[in-house]
Amino acid sequence: MREQEHTLIFEESAPGRRGSVLPDLDVEETPVSELIPSEFIREKAPDLPEVSELQLMRHYTSLSTRNYGVDSGFYPLGSCTMKYNPKINEEVAKLDGLTNIHPYQPEEQVQGAMRLMYDLQTSLAEITGMEEVTLQSAAGAQGEWTGLMLIRAYHEANGDTNRTKVIVPDSAHGTNPASAVVAGFETVTVKTDERGLVDLEHLKEVTGEDTAALMLTNPNTLGLFEEDIVEMAEIIHEAGGKLYYDGANSNAILGIARPGDMGFDVVHLNLHKTFTGPHGGGGPGSGPVGVKADLVPFLPKPLLAKTENGYTWDYDRPQAIGRIKPFYGNFGINVRAYSYIRTMGAEGLKRVSELAVINANYLMKRLEPYYEAPYERYCKHEFVLSGKRQKKLGARTLDIAKRLLDYGYHPPTIYFPMNVDECMMIEPTETESKETLDAFAEAMIAIAKEVEKDPEIVQEAPHTTPVARLDETTAARKPVLKYENPDHEKEPARL
Amino acid sequence: MSYRYLPMTDADQEDMLATIGVENKEELFEDVNGTIRLQRPLNLQPALTEMELVKEFEQLAAKNTTMKTTPSFLGAGVYHHFIPSVVSHVTSRSEFYTAYTPYQPEMSQGELQAIFEFQTMVCELTGMEIANSSMYDGHTALAEAAVMACGQYKMKRQKLLISAGVHPEARDVVKTQAKGPGLTVEEVAVTSGATNEEALKQVLNEEVAAVIVQYPNFFGTIEDLRQLKEQAEQAGAMFIVKSNPLALGMLTPPGEFGADIVVGDTQPFGIAAQYGGPHCGYFATTKKLMRKVPGRLVGQTVDEDGRRGFVLTLQAREQHIRRDKATSNICSNQALNALASSVAMAALGKQGVKEMAYQSLQKAHYAKRKLQEAGCKLPYEGPVFHEFVVELGQPVKKVNELLFEKGFIGGFDLGQIDASRNEEMLVCVTEMRTKEEIDAFAEAIGGILS
Repeated sequence: MREQEHTLIFEESAPGRRGSVLPDLDVEETPVSELIPSEFIREKAPDLPEVSELQLMRHYTSLSTRNYGVDSGFYPLGSCTMKYNPKINEEVAKLDGLTNIHPYQPEEQVQGAMRLMYDLQTSLAEITGMEEVTLQSAAGAQGEWTGLMLIRAYHEANGDTNRTKVIVPDSAHGTNPASAVVAGFETVTVKTDERGLVDLEHLKEVTGEDTAALMLTNPNTLGLFEEDIVEMAEIIHEAGGKLYYDGANSNAILGIARPGDMGFDVVHLNLHKTFTGPHGGGGPGSGPVGVKADLVPFLPKPLLAKTENGYTWDYDRPQAIGRIKPFYGNFGINVRAYSYIRTMGAEGLKRVSELAVINANYLMKRLEPYYEAPYERYCKHEFVLSGKRQKKLGARTLDIAKRLLDYGYHPPTIYFPMNVDECMMIEPTETESKETLDAFAEAMIAIAKEVEKDPEIVQEAPHTTPVARLDETTAARKPVLKYENPDHEKEPARL
Repeated sequence: MSYRYLPMTDADQEDMLATIGVENKEELFEDVNGTIRLQRPLNLQPALTEMELVKEFEQLAAKNTTMKTTPSFLGAGVYHHFIPSVVSHVTSRSEFYTAYTPYQPEMSQGELQAIFEFQTMVCELTGMEIANSSMYDGHTALAEAAVMACGQYKMKRQKLLISAGVHPEARDVVKTQAKGPGLTVEEVAVTSGATNEEALKQVLNEEVAAVIVQYPNFFGTIEDLRQLKEQAEQAGAMFIVKSNPLALGMLTPPGEFGADIVVGDTQPFGIAAQYGGPHCGYFATTKKLMRKVPGRLVGQTVDEDGRRGFVLTLQAREQHIRRDKATSNICSNQALNALASSVAMAALGKQGVKEMAYQSLQKAHYAKRKLQEAGCKLPYEGPVFHEFVVELGQPVKKVNELLFEKGFIGGFDLGQIDASRNEEMLVCVTEMRTKEEIDAFAEAIGGILS
């Protein structure tokens, strides 16, 4: 339903209202002017909201109703693994002993937290087939960059300073080339062949003495398993390069195949995806990095170690790439992932991947008669469809996505990967029931039929959301990035 | 074994495999073949039911000493502040925490508006014109700011001058990040707890892209931003300030001193220490630099009917569009923690934020006097906010062990960053510490030192 414009919290404010009150100050006061030079005392208080506690709760509750999460409904956002976020994870992560602990407390005071982290990194090493794992990286992109910095340090330590290039498939997520460049490499793109897999011949052409690494997801972003992975690893390793595994798609391989066994040297995992994070509206995530033995010396400081006297932080790592993140990573997210792994166990995690793959293949099969499936193969945990057929009839993939909102679904990832025209990338995950998949398939089929009979209803969608399609062009051309209080005197521009 | 997160029944599976057209699920994995197929179960601890899991986690949690039950005087970048209960009530709304990045604005207006409000609050605190939707943490936000500054000079200036008053771990993160683009990072000495302006003058030249300071700095001192900015400006370098946003509830914001980029962590607002993360970086700058900002930005716009709405904007900066031309690779950020900080700031409000800053300031200065009376030396004279250094005349490590026996978590041992300073303790006092606790802490230290 279309709604009235929603007020900003600043527009609900009135001077004097409080949503939280502190106890009276219980120490002797010293005039501030005696403590801080006047130049550094703020003249005008920051114009923060002034609302009562109920106003605040209504404001944010109302905002939450204008949002959509996995608990609201089906969220088949490809490459994002929008699976159920177990409630018990949230509860254990909020235990006092895991929440109100300071990163600089002496190790003896936080052995429980350190044990949890150690067990998690050991579990992740086993799941990925790696020698050692660091939990430091905050998210997937930071994991990628960390991994590439490790590879860079490895080559440099071998005096191999001419390895300036990182090979990235044309179907890769944008963070892959961006991370490579931020780590100081140039990127080379390797093509996808008609099977939807890396073109081996092209890979051989682009691999050489300047190859530092190949970055790959497996299954790839088309949801297809790179069945030539062993041969690819040989090509890269023979040339002296390293293999980087982007773990964004690891929901398909838990307990089935391990990146370490496939020949990968470095891997990152997205704990907020595969291991139920949750996604938090865009974060915080956690992107641990695992490596084979020859890269262990380069792992960032500090590294968590187990000794006879308990767990300890090892800072004495002369070859480490340095520090990549304050403290020890996103501990709170790591707690949730550990809770998930302990709940599922080995058999459960394998079942997760099996069901994720069955769900994706089932949904693909149901939609194939209506939307073009560009690759005739079984997919893994996700698949892509092309909206080419619908585009010819006047409805673009964007329109189909917007129409799905009217049916109450979060749309798939769209226009990615870029090597598929009018792409829709659908990842149902294992936590969805057959009934949900069937209902979603019916909605997609109904939309396909609408495109044939009445494309306007699709072109003009969404019809039922709180707001209609938003003007993104003006938003970018004349950016308004904060609220301007109309009562404020104009501050002098500082440009 | 049954799994409560997995709804597929045997009958479902049979039906679905038949629809797919395979005899069994193995056929779906035929391309995962040969040596790479795992032939054994993963070697993991056995699965736990919810009942068993809770017990296990409670036991792990009980092995940790918490700041809730043991008064803490630790700060050094992570602060123990009051978190209003509304914060967790809002962040526990699953429409927020089980959503992802608001790629579909029509169904994500709640998150987008909340971020827009967050950006506004960060601008208010820092005195800057624009702010992004969040970064991983304050340290990585600083590293991104440093790289962005060099980019602004088209990499013709590749040197960064970073004050030794910036958090040591932040300095390390900047140095690691700088290795990628091959930037030079030089430290500027701190004298008497503040950035040495003479030392800065010596090394400032036209190669320098940015001068980086922290306000208040790692040792608690309120740096003289006016002088430092003036120097940076004379050399044509940018001025980057890392700042505790709570302090800005009282202190003149860096924007008023002409900072080009202000970064920090909103952890003091509504985010628990959590053994160091996740916290929430913020990134604020000028309109002039708007199109170079890393990370996501939310902008206001209208829908087809003219109704106000919000969208992710200026996305042409970001990795998913620019790929290998992007200057930052950040994708996921800290949205839920930005929401937590927004709620905390809104609950405390204009008065409460100032009050929290004021109480922290007053209590820290009260503690400073008490510790001096108890025999601690105060090596620095510069103004401080809620943290300060004391000299104990004996190793902090040992003092902290004795303090722990008396029921206190002592301050940060500066010996951890510089072995020669192992008798200096960085003490932090926030509104959470009562007069009684401060008095007892000072008395305990007095007892140990005498």
